Amino acid sequence: MNIVALSGSNVGSKTKIAIDYTVDKLKETEENHQMVSLDLSAYDIQFSDGRNYLDYKGDTAYVAKTIMEADLIIIGTPIFQASIPATLKNIFDLLPTDGLRDKIVSMIVTAGSQRHYLVAEMQLKPILNYMKAHVVENYVFIEEKDYHMKKIINDDVFLRIDRLIEDAFTLSEVYRGIQKKKDAAYGF
Amino acid sequence: MEQYRINKDAGLEFGIYTLGDHLPNPNRDERISASQRLQEIIAFAQLADQAGLDFFSVGESHQSYFTTQAHAVVLGAIAQATNHIKIGSSSTIISTSDPVRVYENFATLDLISQGRTEIIAGRASRVGLFELLGYDLNNYEALFEEKFELLLKINKEQIINWEGQFRPPLQDAEVLPRPLNQTLPIWRAVGGHSASAIKAGRQGVPMFMAHLGGPVTTFKQTIDAYREAASESGHDPEQLPVATAGFFYAAETSQQALKDLYPHINEGMKKTNGQGFPKQHFAQGIERHNVMNIGSPQQIIEKILYQHEMFNHQRYIAQIDFGGMPFDQLKRNIDIIGSEILPAIRKYTKKNDN
Repeated sequence: MNIVALSGSNVGSKTKIAIDYTVDKLKETEENHQMVSLDLSAYDIQFSDGRNYLDYKGDTAYVAKTIMEADLIIIGTPIFQASIPATLKNIFDLLPTDGLRDKIVSMIVTAGSQRHYLVAEMQLKPILNYMKAHVVENYVFIEEKDYHMKKIINDDVFLRIDRLIEDAFTLSEVYRGIQKKKDAAYGF
Repeated sequence: MEQYRINKDAGLEFGIYTLGDHLPNPNRDERISASQRLQEIIAFAQLADQAGLDFFSVGESHQSYFTTQAHAVVLGAIAQATNHIKIGSSSTIISTSDPVRVYENFATLDLISQGRTEIIAGRASRVGLFELLGYDLNNYEALFEEKFELLLKINKEQIINWEGQFRPPLQDAEVLPRPLNQTLPIWRAVGGHSASAIKAGRQGVPMFMAHLGGPVTTFKQTIDAYREAASESGHDPEQLPVATAGFFYAAETSQQALKDLYPHINEGMKKTNGQGFPKQHFAQGIERHNVMNIGSPQQIIEKILYQHEMFNHQRYIAQIDFGGMPFDQLKRNIDIIGSEILPAIRKYTKKNDN
């Protein structure tokens, strides 16, 4: 399975710290998978202009292709102005309308306050569903107070991320199992 | 319709189009040479001609896995190798070409083919050619609109006076040679989106609508929008032909057709579009309500007649050769079209003498 851990902002550290922990945990527990970590602050990505994703060049092409090749995507996103950052929205805009078909997508959300808890529910999930992803319904929400000096200090966050990974793998297994049976039943 | 060389009384026309893709056969994972692929495209056109089909067209794509970038040259060979079948481009990317040169090429083709040549002008679904040929992608729409208008003008007027943004002006210019019967049928390629169809309607030009599949009624809405826009802009929709183009494959049973075709479409689209074709959607391709023409010959006849009833279109164009389809399978499909499908379609769609 191809796993992509996407850190969806080009600024800040909280999302990246959470994604780094997730990647370490994935490496520890699931060794047989291809793992790619994409930190959007490390790439120079152009705005989407509606072309087929294969027609982009450089970092934009690399990031778009890597996501299109993924079976499981763990999206880490901060919340800015009560929404996902423009950098993350741009990634979705680079991809085909049904670009997340057959992919499992789970979410880790970091935010300055609890007031943003429902942003992923109201704004991120509809995009993922529109793009035909199988969304892991529960997500991990991490607040400012869970961090100190660039470290996660709330043990519950680790436990919740561990469970998120488990849930993502469970959904992947279930979905892939069913899909395999369905594809075989078509007989072509 | 006469100026577009369509005889409505003869019933629905049946054509073939190739994008000129050059993809491996997924069942063998190997690719024939570009030379062999081109020879096979020419031979494919000959077979279509011999089987009595109405139209054969070749596309222009400037990207990997394609081999008919110089589609007008390929059409030159086809013009010489065939006798009766109408030929054309599907499509010519007018945005990144000089309309004068395009017209010269196609008027020449018309003379070589003795009045059988048409142009279908499109905007390109992939955009690598803009950089390759030195155009700015930001002008994607403006380039097409300006150059397409110029192409139409060259077709209409013997002496051209023209000024625009993307090409030096033309002053009392004569574009030669002229086609055999003074003008060429020029179609606007539409990807199935209503907005694009409406533009074609406003211009009062024939519409060539390509589709990858989907519900028949959705495409009917696009065609209705086209005719309505034509009518509102003072054109008579009765005089404007509509062609639809999409995947086609006939086999003894619908299950066999799905089995034969699916790997070619799925693997081919992964390479050319970056995404495969979901099996669930493909399986619906045999349904009457789906615009793809996949199935047994009888099922396909019924599907095409249903589409004709809904669209009242003048030409259906089948894409059979995508994704490294072996030539013997193309041959078998042409045989089935010529012997079973075409006679039935003509019988049911031609004007009844009574």
